[in-house]
Amino acid sequence: MAEIVLDRVTKVFPDGYEAVKEMDLSIEDGEFMILVGPSGCGKSTALRMIAGLEDISSGELTIGGEHVNDRSPKDRDIAMVFQNYALYPHMTVRENMGFALKLAGTDKAEIEQKVEQAAETLDLTQHLDRRPANLSGGQRQRVAMGRAIVRDPKAFLMDEPLSNLDAKLRVQMRTEVAKLQSKLETTTVYVTHDQTEAMTLGDRVAVMRAGILQQVGTPAELYDNPKNLFVAGFIGSPAMNFMPAEISGSRVKLPIGEVDLDVDVDAGGREGKVIAGIRPENFEDAEVVGDLKGERGIVFEAEIDLVESLGSDLFVYFHTESEGVQSDQLADLVNERLEETGAAGLREGEEQVVARLEPTSKVRRGETAQLWADTAKLHLFDPESGETLSGGASASASSG
Amino acid sequence: MKHGTREYAEWSVGIALVLIFALIPVIWLISLSLKTPEAITDQQFIPSEFSLDNYKSLFEGGIDDSPFIKPLINSIGIALITTVISIVLASFAAYAIARLEFPGKRLILAGALAIAMFPPISTVGPLFDMWRSLGLYDTWLGLIIPYLTFSLPLAIYVLVAFFREIPWDLEQAAAVDGATPFQAFTKVIVPLAAPGVFTAAILVFIFAWNDFLFAISLTSSDASRTVPAALAFFTGESSFTQPTGSIAAAAVVVTVPIIVFVLFFQRRIVAGLTAGAVKG
Repeated sequence: MAEIVLDRVTKVFPDGYEAVKEMDLSIEDGEFMILVGPSGCGKSTALRMIAGLEDISSGELTIGGEHVNDRSPKDRDIAMVFQNYALYPHMTVRENMGFALKLAGTDKAEIEQKVEQAAETLDLTQHLDRRPANLSGGQRQRVAMGRAIVRDPKAFLMDEPLSNLDAKLRVQMRTEVAKLQSKLETTTVYVTHDQTEAMTLGDRVAVMRAGILQQVGTPAELYDNPKNLFVAGFIGSPAMNFMPAEISGSRVKLPIGEVDLDVDVDAGGREGKVIAGIRPENFEDAEVVGDLKGERGIVFEAEIDLVESLGSDLFVYFHTESEGVQSDQLADLVNERLEETGAAGLREGEEQVVARLEPTSKVRRGETAQLWADTAKLHLFDPESGETLSGGASASASSG
Repeated sequence: MKHGTREYAEWSVGIALVLIFALIPVIWLISLSLKTPEAITDQQFIPSEFSLDNYKSLFEGGIDDSPFIKPLINSIGIALITTVISIVLASFAAYAIARLEFPGKRLILAGALAIAMFPPISTVGPLFDMWRSLGLYDTWLGLIIPYLTFSLPLAIYVLVAFFREIPWDLEQAAAVDGATPFQAFTKVIVPLAAPGVFTAAILVFIFAWNDFLFAISLTSSDASRTVPAALAFFTGESSFTQPTGSIAAAAVVVTVPIIVFVLFFQRRIVAGLTAGAVKG
């Protein structure tokens, strides 16, 4: 067990591509840290540098207070779970799990005992003498985890360990990984591109984009106070809605109406065009809200394009009269979302908005409905840099 | 299932034809080897009288006088040594080529290919002269060296193809598990590449075992003459008899090790040995 500190760690590949740029990240002892971002953002490269599978071009990496930049993977005392598990196919489950201990010269009885113990934790006891080829995906995944935990290493590194499982198993294993980590209290760095995994698993989440660390914080911090457009759009599902807005004096003009700038949406005395973001759950059917709509927020009319009912929630899609929002950071997100879902939710240059309403709402497709938006939860961003304009100290309650 | 039955029948006939075509010379050889000297020219496919005299004559006189035992030992020894050295060297080379980026990698592969394409006959003359000056003429080493030259490119090509199939992640997993690069190679990669290693081994062995050109050119006595070359020096019982029967018997005997070798290793060349390493 140990803390892992990355100090201005940079990776430049021989072809000149900078995969990770001056990354500063400090992972505390026993912490479950998630590295999340779209594909190609450098999260796996960062993990592989911690593992020692990639050389560090510049910067310093310390594990447990020791400088390990130039140590080979075997001397770093870390265990890694690979995306495709990388089990040794010619060895049984028992041999797979005991391989590292055998290499370390541990005596046989001790290896046997540790493997049995790990197998019990992971419910693999009856599969110990089988080979990986004869196991199901979930079992292979557990063997990969088992190979990591028998060693009792300083840290676990996991590279998208659940991405090869089907959706149902993934949710189940997600819970098990979280339980296992809190039981073992071993420092863990977990890479994923799935924001749901990031939000549900981690003590803290580090969001990366194009090799640059965007924001590090607890899931709630990232959700409530995203530092920029990218984090705002990446965290949360369905994604935050973005629309062009204009500040003049103490008023913000949105495509859905005009509101006062109150303390929570501090724009730092700025004027002119900005980008506004509202999460889907900050919309509501005006009829359902009742009294609250007088206190804060705005009521507006929208023509409903589509209604999706999930039983517990109602997702409503509508358009606003605006030309949409353009930003590099959003373009990255759009690509990622399209890969994942192949569908809408967030589209560049379009003004589609998603709202999550109470299931009791009577909104119908094709009709015009009265909707309410909670503007106290409004996020404002600089259209050039994408940085947030909200003070950062705003303390709106988590509603995730 | 009418269509299926018909297809099955067609395939059976086709396969039977190919088998007959391939096996007739072998059966003919066996038939000849079992005939008595008088019956050799009787134009019968199935011998009227079976005799093992031809086989006996091969081994008559023990190691010193038999025309066959010494060459057989030479053949086995030279082919095995060639196979072992060739596979060890080729697996190191192939591993490096499959896994590492280094300058001259393409040159090595192109060079290997060029050597494989090179007509061996053109090297025989120079080798003959060189080996005589170096004292390698008519020695085991004198044959093993050219065999290595021509079998290494083949082995390297086969092994590179197999090593490339092995997921990179397995070595990285081994590295994280605490293995040195050499341990990762011997404990993870080689066992997984076993089918490839055996395939390459069989090809190299057969190449060395079958060679006639170098064996006839670079040897002069039973000290290193291998079976294919020794067959050419067989004599009949008298100067008026053809040694057809003994040659046929010897040919059958030298075919047996190849069959044994292939059958033995074929059990190891099971597909799917790497299944389950990664997702799938």
